[in-house]
Amino acid sequence: MVLTTQKGPRAIALNGDEAVALAAKQCDVDVVAAYPITPQTIIVERFSEYVHDGEVDTEFICTESEHSALTCCLAAAAVGARTFTATASAGLALMHEILYVTSGCRAPVVMAVANRALSAPINIHCDHSDSMVERDSGWIQIYSENSQEAYDSIIQAFRIAEHQELSLPTMVGLDGFFLSHTLENVSVLPDETVRKFVGQRQIPLVKNHEGKFVPYKLDPENPITIGPLDLHDYYFEHKRQQEEAMRKALGIIRKVHDEYAEVSGRRYGNGLVDSYRLEDAELVTICLGSTAGTVKTVVDQLRAKGVKAGLLRIRTFRPLPVQEIIKALQHVKAIAVMDRSCSFGGSGGPVFHEIRHVLYDSNIHPHVVNYIYGLGGRDMSQLLVQKIYRDLARILETGKIDKSIKFIGLRE
Amino acid sequence: MNTQEKKSWKEIPMAGVCWVPSTAYLTGDWRTYRPILDSEKCTRCMLCHIYCPDGAIAWKAETNEMVINYDYCKGCGICEVECPVDAISMKLEGEG
Repeated sequence: MVLTTQKGPRAIALNGDEAVALAAKQCDVDVVAAYPITPQTIIVERFSEYVHDGEVDTEFICTESEHSALTCCLAAAAVGARTFTATASAGLALMHEILYVTSGCRAPVVMAVANRALSAPINIHCDHSDSMVERDSGWIQIYSENSQEAYDSIIQAFRIAEHQELSLPTMVGLDGFFLSHTLENVSVLPDETVRKFVGQRQIPLVKNHEGKFVPYKLDPENPITIGPLDLHDYYFEHKRQQEEAMRKALGIIRKVHDEYAEVSGRRYGNGLVDSYRLEDAELVTICLGSTAGTVKTVVDQLRAKGVKAGLLRIRTFRPLPVQEIIKALQHVKAIAVMDRSCSFGGSGGPVFHEIRHVLYDSNIHPHVVNYIYGLGGRDMSQLLVQKIYRDLARILETGKIDKSIKFIGLRE
Repeated sequence: MNTQEKKSWKEIPMAGVCWVPSTAYLTGDWRTYRPILDSEKCTRCMLCHIYCPDGAIAWKAETNEMVINYDYCKGCGICEVECPVDAISMKLEGEG
């Protein structure tokens, strides 16, 4: 780790998992509780090496399951610790119950999710089914395009989650294998720079049973109850508070992203949405994660031919940046929403649901179609992206949509 | 019955932290059946006091009576079952 202690940013070869582990290390995490699962395993392995080698001052808990891993993180966060965990696929599904407990307790746990398909049939490769299931769980969700962004987003995630006005758990998605296991040049910040940026964990004040304001943590000096029974008379009010915190998070994610850009020189759009050659675009795809890299290449090819193509990448999926999405799509005439997960029996994928719904109440009404793609790690090639733009051009030309929800890259 | 005014989501601490002691939360309005104690039959054995899961029955020294605190009594009926002299009977709330 000599490289990270040198002054100035340095690029080193890291895969996405290693980049995440390094970011967590630099953020001076108090407690890591985790259980290994492909393709997240390297995160846990690297972090356990840091612990073994004495490079971190972290309590590392090897739990017997992901359910226990997140429960340990929740409990540690409740006493004021900075906590981190990582999982994927079935591991995230096993955490499902505790995801809601963590957000309901407003415990600012940070988690990396190496996005992977859900069984059965068993599959270890990338899709977004695992984290899309959890989109309503009250966690902030950020999806990374590359390993650099995974590294940067983990560092930002601690500042966001632990923000006094939020205290909301935050998950950072990185596409399994495409990012988790692929070596990339990652610019890393010096340890001191990261430590200064994330600072000490912030703990909000809450009114206790004596009417005094005390830190929101379990402390014998200022006893409070965390996670009590909450029935029909107040549960609804507490859920409304979570929704309010999520709305507030939009501004805070942007602010943290801006402050990080000053330190690192790196930006991902405005932190909420990231657009590419969108200013005058007529034909646009919308996607999350690593697919954006392939789409950008195709956009460049099409632009060279005079096609007004563009891309909108949703970086923050929860909270959903509704106004930013509408603003970004003002001049767009035809949109293909790409979903790397399937809502079986529903009307298209989850990203499509959101986008078409957001546009319904807006001042713009472009054509919007949905492509379900890449399930179980199926490659999303440039050829397929080119086909999507060809479809959009035809829709714009004819004004007709033959089928609004399609599967692409599938043998029919 | 619990007549405390309920607060809005803007007025309460986050995540279910209690801003008043738990005793301020009156659970009497959970009750469907109300225990009625007949002091004539009662022998002051205090088994009801021991068995009450809410600590809602106490002996009052000044009057030498068992007194039920209806602010907290949830109407579970354990006292009626345990009373060895049938001095407690459960009546539907609202009925005389």
